[in-house]
Amino acid sequence: MPDTARPLSPHISIYRWQIQMVTSIVHRGTGIFLALGLLLVAWALIALASGPDAFAKVTAFSSSWLGLVLLLGWVWSLAFHFLNGIRHLLQDLGLGYAPATFVRNGWIVTIGSFVLTALVWACVLAQRGGA
Amino acid sequence: MSAQLRTPLKIALGLGSARSGAHHFMVQRITAVALIGLGLWIVWIALEMLHMDYAAARALIARPLNAVLMISFVIASFWHAQLGLQVVIEDYVHTRWLELASQIAIKFICFLGAAASVLAIIRIALASGPLGS
Repeated sequence: MPDTARPLSPHISIYRWQIQMVTSIVHRGTGIFLALGLLLVAWALIALASGPDAFAKVTAFSSSWLGLVLLLGWVWSLAFHFLNGIRHLLQDLGLGYAPATFVRNGWIVTIGSFVLTALVWACVLAQRGGA
Repeated sequence: MSAQLRTPLKIALGLGSARSGAHHFMVQRITAVALIGLGLWIVWIALEMLHMDYAAARALIARPLNAVLMISFVIASFWHAQLGLQVVIEDYVHTRWLELASQIAIKFICFLGAAASVLAIIRIALASGPLGS
């Protein structure tokens, strides 16, 4: 139970969905997901320091179907959070607030995140094919 | 508490500034700027390590420049993650004890993650091979 009795506006159920609120929500969602991914980075580094057997567990997990789905999710999350983060930094400088520009930048970030994900995954597949 | 309709900000106004209000904002932005470069670098490192065996992957991280950048990455990213998760909890967890417990848990997990990662990188950078070999 919340500790306060202050009323909350029913924002999510009232507002028409638009790119501005989607990029804001997705920025938080990808941030939370990337924080979980950091634990995998920590696990991989600890395993790399511990020895080949420990690192083999990381490799096995990363190449399992669950690992690959998570990695795909992390690559896209990183691409989105990266591009939208740069957009936020530019907004902190006072740039990009005109409604038309704001909407356009939202779409650039969203489409760009899928383009970056495809580029990274193309590198992965090219290396797998070449190796 | 439940009869209190004024916001904590309203109650606090007039007590003067603690002069640290912008600290969270600034550190979040500074770590974000650092992570623009370090984020691109970590993707490059991950792609490099894909086709490497254990010894080659370890040697890659052991190179001084990579070790320094990896330490910078884990500190900046765990710090940035803690600051971001803190805001999410502040916004959505309205039960005081749960909010406090999650804030402390997030801080502990992020600090331990960063500390353990830094120790691992130092072990990789300073040892000539895996322990025991």
